Parts: sequence; structure tokens; C-alpha cells
Amino acid sequence: MRFELTRPPHLRPARSVTRVMGEVLLALVPATIAWVWFFGPGILYNMAVATLVAVACEAGALRLRDRALHPHLADLSAVVTAVLLAFCLPPLTPWWITATGAAFAILFAKQLYGGLGYNPFNPAMAGYVVLLISFPEQLTRWPWPQAGLGEITPVALGAWETLRFTLTGALPAGVSWDALSGATPLDDLRTRLSLAATVEQVRAGPLYGLVGGRGWEWIALWTGVGGLYLLWRRVIRWQIPLAVIAGLCLPATLAWLLAPATFPPPTFHLFSGAALLCAFFIATDPVSAATSPAGRLVYGFGIGALIFIIRSWGGYPDGVAFAVLLLNMAVPAIDHFTRPRTYGHAG
Amino acid sequence: MKQPGLWRFHGGLKLDARTARATGDQIGTIPVPPQLVLPLSQHVGQPAEPIVVPGERVLCGQPIARPSGYVGAKVHASSSGTVVEIANHPVPHPSGLAAPCIVIETDGLDERWTGYEPLSDYAALTGPELRARVRAAGVVGLGGAAFPTAVKLGAGSGLKLLILNGAECEPYICCDELLLRERAAEVLAGAQILLQALAIPRCVIAIENDKPLALEALELAIARAADPRLEVVSVPAVYPEGGERQLIKVLTGEEVPARGLPPDIGYLCHNVGTAAAVARAVLQGEPLISRIVTVTGDGVAGPRNVDVRLGTPISALVQACGGYTGEAAHLLMGGAMMGFPLADDSLPVIKGTNCIVVASREEIRPRAPVMPCIRCGECAEVCPAQLLPQQLYWHARSDDLEPLDDYHLFDCIECGCCDLACPSQIPLTQYFRYAKTELWARQHDRVRSDLARERFEARRDRLEAEQAARKQRLEEKARAADEARGDEQARKAMIDAALERVQARRDAGASGPPGKDE
Repeated sequence: MRFELTRPPHLRPARSVTRVMGEVLLALVPATIAWVWFFGPGILYNMAVATLVAVACEAGALRLRDRALHPHLADLSAVVTAVLLAFCLPPLTPWWITATGAAFAILFAKQLYGGLGYNPFNPAMAGYVVLLISFPEQLTRWPWPQAGLGEITPVALGAWETLRFTLTGALPAGVSWDALSGATPLDDLRTRLSLAATVEQVRAGPLYGLVGGRGWEWIALWTGVGGLYLLWRRVIRWQIPLAVIAGLCLPATLAWLLAPATFPPPTFHLFSGAALLCAFFIATDPVSAATSPAGRLVYGFGIGALIFIIRSWGGYPDGVAFAVLLLNMAVPAIDHFTRPRTYGHAG
Repeated sequence: MKQPGLWRFHGGLKLDARTARATGDQIGTIPVPPQLVLPLSQHVGQPAEPIVVPGERVLCGQPIARPSGYVGAKVHASSSGTVVEIANHPVPHPSGLAAPCIVIETDGLDERWTGYEPLSDYAALTGPELRARVRAAGVVGLGGAAFPTAVKLGAGSGLKLLILNGAECEPYICCDELLLRERAAEVLAGAQILLQALAIPRCVIAIENDKPLALEALELAIARAADPRLEVVSVPAVYPEGGERQLIKVLTGEEVPARGLPPDIGYLCHNVGTAAAVARAVLQGEPLISRIVTVTGDGVAGPRNVDVRLGTPISALVQACGGYTGEAAHLLMGGAMMGFPLADDSLPVIKGTNCIVVASREEIRPRAPVMPCIRCGECAEVCPAQLLPQQLYWHARSDDLEPLDDYHLFDCIECGCCDLACPSQIPLTQYFRYAKTELWARQHDRVRSDLARERFEARRDRLEAEQAARKQRLEEKARAADEARGDEQARKAMIDAALERVQARRDAGASGPPGKDE
């Protein structure tokens, strides 16, 4: 009797790229719901626009590169990039801005380097930074969170009006940006600290909640819950999230203990902006991150520390994107110097 | 059971053992088949040399081939009959190639050859004497690697611990588990012989903790043997714990040096099946002519373990286990991780055959499209050698083989963990095997070209030296000639001077007597 030949090992692998990416998307669901709760449905429209454009660009680039669409488009990596980009954009963003970011992320930051697995930079962050530099005004215009802000009674756009804004970039008649939006807590804090207010005075304002920004802290919390899910499912390992958090919190704690009037406590850092999104979802993008366990600690710590530095002294309110891109550049060096000791070799 | 502190080896995988269906029955036996095919190379090392000729009648257990080098093993007839052919036949080997085999047509009498005296009182024997018997009996490592046992017994002195490896960690394989359940005393007898042969003070028998019946049987046998040197240790079931280096790490916390062997740090590892074979060789004078094989998988009707004569065709083995089911699609020799596929069931069972898997299509990984590496690092997380498989893959794929040595490619044990952990379905182990072979070939070429260059340079140097010597000789000759010419002139001058003197005397001849010249 004749038999078909196979190659060892003969067991079925437990994971696939599609499943890994699918788990990431699943883990973002609680944070997405929290976003919609506090900032309206804008993020969903941004996600839709970003995903459509990202997948279209991916398909086009694969065609140009003569690659099969089937396994490469089904790996969901373009969708993850698009969704992470949408998480960084204000809920009210006209579609062409989102589309520009998504197209840049896929075409320039990913496919030009050879597609999945070959991009040295995190595509979502590259796309976001291009937008932040090209459209600084639109990208820093955040609506008030719908979270009971006391004396501020924010105007909120409904689902239909938000959709119309996304598609046309025009606000409904009679609604002004002033009534609709304000600064993010991180932005507000930095502006008012520069006007000689103390952290305590600033945080007494209606924008601030228990530990971070009002509304923002809940989004951060649910992002963290999604991150723990990824850890539990072993989609990500603990080194990068822990190191990002440590890299951010250690200097933040030190600064806060030395000068509590000018530096917010570490919990504020953790529960504001994109710190936890970065720790669990952005810095953990395997392609552009360091790979050895020790290297991941260095990489994560570098990102966390840079976030603190940029937030405290830099020109941008949040430093996640720049921190990630800068450490992406350092990855080959980090990997080179943190090779694990092989069994039977001296340390 | 004594449970000392155990260590962990890096990485590894918890795998479904898939042994339940084959461990229900006792070890079975099967009839001697009408024809036995015994490859001359069933072990690591040089193939054996036949010492019988076609037409010769042989008895069961009679030596039919002898080792041709130090690393080698004898082959014995596994039943009585007539040698009909010594020729190339397909053998179970990953290469799928044919190799020289001795073919015996059996006569059904199974008449015993009694050339080896039972040495039941082995306590009086020395290490070399015991080793000679183990070598004579053709015993090799039965865990799958088939390294000649006698060579391992030449490991030297001063060893602190003998480790008997019963940590059968690869899915499907359970022949050692059954052996321990049914023949624990034989394994312990083998352990005592091995301890005596090398004067080792202590022996640990390691069993994975998912084999409670084997553990129980062994504990009972140890209690009966009442030998304080013997000890069982239950180790957690993690693949590839049965790897020698991994097991040593788990039991002792020490690591075997990368270019070294376990005896370098005082340990010697043998498979439990090997120990049992040693016991039979010494105590009963029985050479290695049979072994226990696990026959399992969805493709076989009655999965079980069978004590089978070496040289038996796999088809006969499967027939004895109820034959094929309709699902039989793949045939593997070895387990689910490192076993290699066979194209044909006419191949014989050899000394290293621990398991035959007849797998259905569903049991085996399907061919999936290979995706790009996403650098997730799972391969490095599971690698028991603590390598960076993705870096190795990166270089191997681009045929940039020089850095691979620097990334310790040759420490890869090809366990397949990285392959199984890879979400991109990259056949990493295959790349590493390729890269190793390629590097060996290049090394070989380099040695040859170095030799050629050395020879060329030696010839050039020799020719140059010869030329230089010739030149020197010529110069010396010329100088000698010159000197000779110089002499000529001097002589001429002397003659001239003499002639002048003669002339002068002649001129003055009138004035003085001749002969009184001053």
C-alpha cells in the first residue's frame, strides 16, 4: 500500500495569523463600546472609512506586486491597522483625512517595504503621524465627552449628523466648534500648567474624573480589559505591556513625588490619552517590535519613558505615536544586543 | 517515589499524548513473517559488513553482519531460515533511498542459536567484559536514535548519575510506557548492569507524570529489588522532555555544553528499552532481534503495542493489529513531531522503530499556505534550545548561511516546537535541516578546497625551492669556474714569473753555478 508523504511535525498548529489578528479586533470591542458611549458613533464611521480604504489599498498593492489576494487579504492585518488608526482620530474627522491616513499606512508604511512582516514602522502610527503633521487643527479638535461635565453642557451630534460631518466635513447649521469641542484632558493640563496653574487646580475642573480625564479613564479601563484578554489568550506576551507601563509610571512617579504641583500622578498618565492602548495594542504589534524577551522589556520601557518625556516637555499633547516610531527605529539594535543565551552555551 | 526538586527547561509544548487507545491492551506478539529484511545500517555509524552468504542457513539470534568500525553494531538473524539475498532494498529512512539489506526466508522453526552464554552472575565481570557482551548483542539506543550502546558505555569513569529515560513525550509513542508496566524488573536489571559496567553510584529513572500505571509498576519493582541506588522520578509532561539535554536539565538543573556530551558533566543517559535489551543480552545471552513497537492512529483497526522481530514488514505488523481502516492516509515512523513519513508499508521494522502511525487525513496537519513571518516570537518562546528560530529562518530563507553558525543553528534539535507554534505556518524545521545540510556540504567543500589549495601551494613552494636550488647550484658552478679562471691566471703569472727567473738565471748563468739560485 502506498501513502502520501507529509513533513514533520505532523500536528496541526494551534494558531494562524488570521486568528491572531481576529483576537486583537475582538479585544478592542469593549473599548469601542466605551468610545461610542462617551464620544458618539464617530469612531465607528472612522473605522468603516479606514477599513474600506486600507483593504482597498492592500488589495491594489497586492495586485501590483503580483501576490495572491486570498491568504494575504484574509489575514485581517490591514483591518487591524485601520481600526487602530481610527482609535487615534477624533470622532469628528472628515472621511478624506481618515482615508489619507489609512492609505499612507498601508501603501507607504507597509506595502512599499514588502507587506506584512517586513514593515519596520508601525503602519497605524506612521499613518497617524502623517495626519497629525498635515492636519494639526482637525486632529486636535475633540468633542466634549458625554459624561456629565457639570457646568459645561456640551452640544452633541447625533448619529446622522455625525455621519453627515464625516462625509462632508460640514457641521449642522447653527452648531459651532466652540460649543461642540474642547481640549482633551492632556491638552488642557499642559496648556494650563504653562499658565502657572497647579495640577491640583487643573484637576478640580469638570474635564477630570477619578484618576484621569472624565470619560477617557473609562475608555482606558476597557482598553486595559481587552489587553488582559490578549494576555490570557497568549496573543501577546507580558513583557511589552508591562515595560511600557513601567517606563511611563516610573519617571512619572519620580517627577510627581518631587514636584506634585507641576507633574500629575502616574495614574493620571496611565488613564489619559492612549497610554494603555499603546501598551497593549500598539507597541505589541509584533512586526515592528523587538522580539527577544529582554529586548521587549527594553523596547517597551523606551516607549513608556518617551511618552512621559513628550507629554511633559514635548510639543504634542500625547507622545504615543512618536515614542513608538522612535523605538521602532531602535529595534534592530535592541534585538542585536538582547539575544537570549542558547542552551549549553556560556552566558 | 522520591520527588527531589526539579528544574525546568526553556519553552516546550504541552501536547495531547494520543496514547490512550494503544495502552489499553498488553504487549502483543505477532507470528514470524515468511520473509525478514534486515538492513545493514540500522544504527548511527558505519553500516555493518555481512558475514553470511546467500544460500546459507542461519539460526535465530545468529550474527549475520559485524560492525565495520568503532561506531557500529552487529546485526543478528531475527529468526531461523535461509539467507536468500544480500542486496539493496528500500529502508525506512527520511531520505527514502534504498540501502544494502540481508533478506532471510524463514523456516518457521525459530531454531535458537546459542553462541552467547547467559552471564547471570555478572557481578564478577568487569566493565569491559560487560561492554563486550553489549557490543556482541548488537544493542543500540531504542529510544529512536539507535546510537550503538557499547560506544556510549565507553564514556569513561567518574560518572555521577545514570539517567534512564522513560519520559516518552512525543504524541502516539507509548512502547516505553508498556515496557515499564509489564517488564519493569527487566529494566531495573538492565540499570544494575549499566551501573556496574561504569561504576556509577546512582540511577534515576524518569517517567512523565501522565503515565501513572508505569510509575506504579516501577515503584513496585524497585521495592522488590531493594537496591538503594535506584530511584524513580516523575517529571511533568512537556514535549520535548525526552530529549537527553532537556531531561538532564529537568533532573539536575545543569546544561550539557553545546559541543559536549552528557558524560562531560558526569551524566549518562539511556532509554529504558535499551536497559531492558542490555539485561536480556547479559542475563539471557539474547541479542537484539526484536523490539516493542507502538502501532496506532486512526488508520489502524486495533491500535496496540507489539513485540515484533526486527525485519518484519510494516504491512505484516499492521495486519496483526487488525489491518487498515478506510481512513488510512499517511504512514509515519516515529511520533507526531519528529517521525518521518513513509511512502510504502513494505519497509521493515528496524532497531530504531519505536512507533508506526497510520494516520487519517484529519489527524495530520493539512498543507496550508505559508504566510510571511510576523516576528511574533512564539517560536523563540517555545524553543527548548533557546534559539531565535525567526532569525535563523530569516537567514536560511535568503540563503545567507554564514551568520547561522553565530545564531547557533547546530544547537537546533529539530523537535518541531517552533513549527507548531508559528501562526504563519512556516516550515521552520525544514529550513533548518536544509541549512544544516548545506552548511555541512560547504564545510566539506571548504575542507576539500583547502586541501587542494594546500597541495597547490606545497607544489608551488617545492618548484620554487627547486628552481632556487638549481639557480644556486649554477651560481656556485659559475663562481667555481671564475675562481678556476683566476687560478689559471695566477698559474700563468707563476709560470711567467718562473720563466722570467729562468731567463734571468740564464742571463746570469755565466757568472754563477747553477742550482744556487736564491
